[in-house]
Amino acid sequence: MSGLLQQLFNGLVSGSFYALLALGLSVIFGMLGVVNFAHGAFYMLGAFGAFVLLDSAGLSWWLALLVVPILLGVIGMVLERLFVHRLMHLFPLYNFLLTFGIALILQDLIRMKYGVTSQPYARPSILDGSVDLGLFTYPKYQVFVFVFSIALSGLVWLVLSRTRVGMIVRASTERAELTQSLGIDVRRWVTPVFGFGIALAGLAGVLAAPMRAVNSSMGADLIIVIFAVVVIGGLGSVLGSVAAGYIVGMVTAIGNFYVPALSQSLVFVLMALVLLLRPAGLFGREEGVHA
Amino acid sequence: MLNVDNVTARYGEAQVLQGVSLDVDTGEVVTLVGRNGAGKTTLLRCLMGLHRSMTGDIRFDGTSIATLSPHKRCRAGLGYVPDDRGIYASLSVEENLTLPPVVGPDAWSLEKVYETFPVLAERRRQAGTHLSGGEQQMLAMARVLRMGARILLADEPTEGLAPLLVRQIGEIIRTVKEHGVTVLLIEQNVHFASTVADRHYLIAQGRVVESLDNAEVEQREHELLEYLGI
Repeated sequence: MSGLLQQLFNGLVSGSFYALLALGLSVIFGMLGVVNFAHGAFYMLGAFGAFVLLDSAGLSWWLALLVVPILLGVIGMVLERLFVHRLMHLFPLYNFLLTFGIALILQDLIRMKYGVTSQPYARPSILDGSVDLGLFTYPKYQVFVFVFSIALSGLVWLVLSRTRVGMIVRASTERAELTQSLGIDVRRWVTPVFGFGIALAGLAGVLAAPMRAVNSSMGADLIIVIFAVVVIGGLGSVLGSVAAGYIVGMVTAIGNFYVPALSQSLVFVLMALVLLLRPAGLFGREEGVHA
Repeated sequence: MLNVDNVTARYGEAQVLQGVSLDVDTGEVVTLVGRNGAGKTTLLRCLMGLHRSMTGDIRFDGTSIATLSPHKRCRAGLGYVPDDRGIYASLSVEENLTLPPVVGPDAWSLEKVYETFPVLAERRRQAGTHLSGGEQQMLAMARVLRMGARILLADEPTEGLAPLLVRQIGEIIRTVKEHGVTVLLIEQNVHFASTVADRHYLIAQGRVVESLDNAEVEQREHELLEYLGI
């Protein structure tokens, strides 16, 4: 029993990464109608950012947690202004090609410099060791990741549901054209929202650095699962993508416990089931999907 | 107040508007009457800047707004109610009301909106789309009053509503007019149109074919109904 519980907790920790990545992807899709294939690459850059800052400047992980997302967010905003913006109103395939290309370029740049082997990254010392959770002991760092991700998702949800900025993002996500005709310059909000989504991916990368293998393909390995998470949660639904992140984490963990060989495919079985029963996703609204 | 001059619009190969010209004066309630597919909705979308391939000129208070983006037209005083009412599911009733910025000096306060439409006050915390069709239409028009828009552009507000609710929409439009807001309305229901409006434009195949006053509409109601295929 405690073995399964421990697996479920592993699932919540993986789910924390899924949730943060899906959250950004979902907000970007909602606001821009762009499926950002470069999302995984920015997660990878987040982890490498932390590594490089420590390796070359001696900057601690805590500082990296603050600096790297901001830096990547700015890079995201520049990319949005330079490229994504121009393709936004075209057929979605153009942006798919663009962001997929950006992902490949970023990945290969890192591969050129660091090869394919994983870089070591030590846990911050305060979070080293383990905590006693009653039935089992668990690494302190993993517990931190879970709590941090829940708190951050909650904060984002609060901003989206309680503030005027959040109201504008929700309205633009649901119906951009209508929002435009109600006096709100939707285009002005698009760039910061894109940057914010990228910053969240970078932050997830920094969180991953001490516990996952830091290498050039770490984002590409994850991105397909993240797409499944977003589809399960409901395209464009923020709460849905966070909830689906944790659900997918737990489903994978349960699969790992009973039928390890199946655990990855379970995600897609779940996705197929959700699409059959609720085509708009668990939390999606029909009208929100094409918005 | 609103001058539409030789406006054309196309959807791909299809020319939907073939040069529409019409005028709406301050304080008037004017309807656009015509069959489905005559181009009425496209014309309203052109006025709001939502249709990309448009030529011709649109002047509001004497200045051309034809090249302004939709949010600037809204800020200039155009209040839009689209054919599906434009109520957000992810926003509460109150958020639906307060989303647009205040654009004119005669903007209603939230208190005044709630006093005039008590149903909206009762349901202010609910999701906008939890309201009934008639209430959503009320919300969409109340939103335009809250903005302080100077002209209401409403795309068939009575569509699909029961007779009692149609009468209620008529009341709202009269309230809007009493507060000095000009109204341009798409309407298929010619009888209803003649009870709320001052003048009517008959639109067919992307053109204004006739301009009618209320007396003419009443006289020719049967002919018009037949023409509209209702």
